[in-house]
Amino acid sequence: MFIILAVFIMLSSFATVMTKSIVRAATYLLFVLLGTAGLYFLMGFTFLGSVQVMVYAGGIIVLYVFSILLTEGAKDETFKRKMKDASWGLVLSLIGFIAFVSVVLTYQFRSLVLTAPIEGGEELTTIESIGRHMLSTDAGGYLLPFEAVSVLLLACIVGALVIARKR
Amino acid sequence: MIHIEYLLIVSAVMMFAGVFGFLTRKSTLAILLSIELMLNATDLNFAVFNRMLYPDGNEGYFFALFSIAISAAESAIAIAIMINLYRMLKNIQVDELEQMKW
Repeated sequence: MFIILAVFIMLSSFATVMTKSIVRAATYLLFVLLGTAGLYFLMGFTFLGSVQVMVYAGGIIVLYVFSILLTEGAKDETFKRKMKDASWGLVLSLIGFIAFVSVVLTYQFRSLVLTAPIEGGEELTTIESIGRHMLSTDAGGYLLPFEAVSVLLLACIVGALVIARKR
Repeated sequence: MIHIEYLLIVSAVMMFAGVFGFLTRKSTLAILLSIELMLNATDLNFAVFNRMLYPDGNEGYFFALFSIAISAAESAIAIAIMINLYRMLKNIQVDELEQMKW
C-alpha cells in the first residue's frame, strides 16, 4: 500500500511541474494531496488526513481551479519557458535533492518501523485528545496558536474581500 | 515494514519538484501551485517525524494542522491578488508584471 501511494505521489508531483496545461497541473496537485492524505491515514493520523482532504482537496484546489478559469483559462499554454532557465532550475533542484537524500541516508535514524495501526487497539490520537490539547493552556496545550490562527483566518477573509472586490 | 527514510525520500521528491516548478514556471498561478507542493512536503515531514521518532508527543501533528490552516489563508490572499492583477493588467505572467504600482 505504501509503495502504491509513494509511486503515485512521486509521479503526480513530477506531472504537476511538467505538464503544459495549468488546469492539468492543478488536477495532478489534487492527486498529490490525496496521496499525502493516504500517507497520513497509513500513519494512523486519521484526523490530519481528513483535514487534508477537506481543506486542501476540497477547498484550496477548488479555489485554484476557479482562479485559473477566472484569469487565464484552460486554453492558455503557460509553460513557455526558455530552455536555459529550465536547465538551471533542473540542475539546482537536482543538487538540492541529492544533498538531501545523501544526508537522510547517511544519518542513522533510531526510529520505529511503521506498521499499520492495530485494528480496534489503542489509537495514537483520538478526537478527544486533539480537542483537549487544542483548548488547554498547560504544557502541550495549543490554545494560543489556535486563537492566533482564528484571528489570521478572519483577517484573511477581510483582506481577500478588500483586495478582490470590484471598484 | 516502512522505514523513515522512504517517507522522507517521498517528501523530498515532492519538495524538489516544487522547487523546480517554482524556478521555471512563468505563470504566477503555477508558481503558487508549486508553493503548495513544497508546503505539503513540509507537512508530511512534520507528521513523519512525530510518528516515527517521537510517537509519544504530538507537536508535529499540531504543527501540520496549523500549517494547513495557514497555507489555506496564504493561497486565498494570493489568489485574490492574482485576480485583481488580472483585472487591472490582463496578465499574470511574472516576466511581464513590471509595473506593480497603483
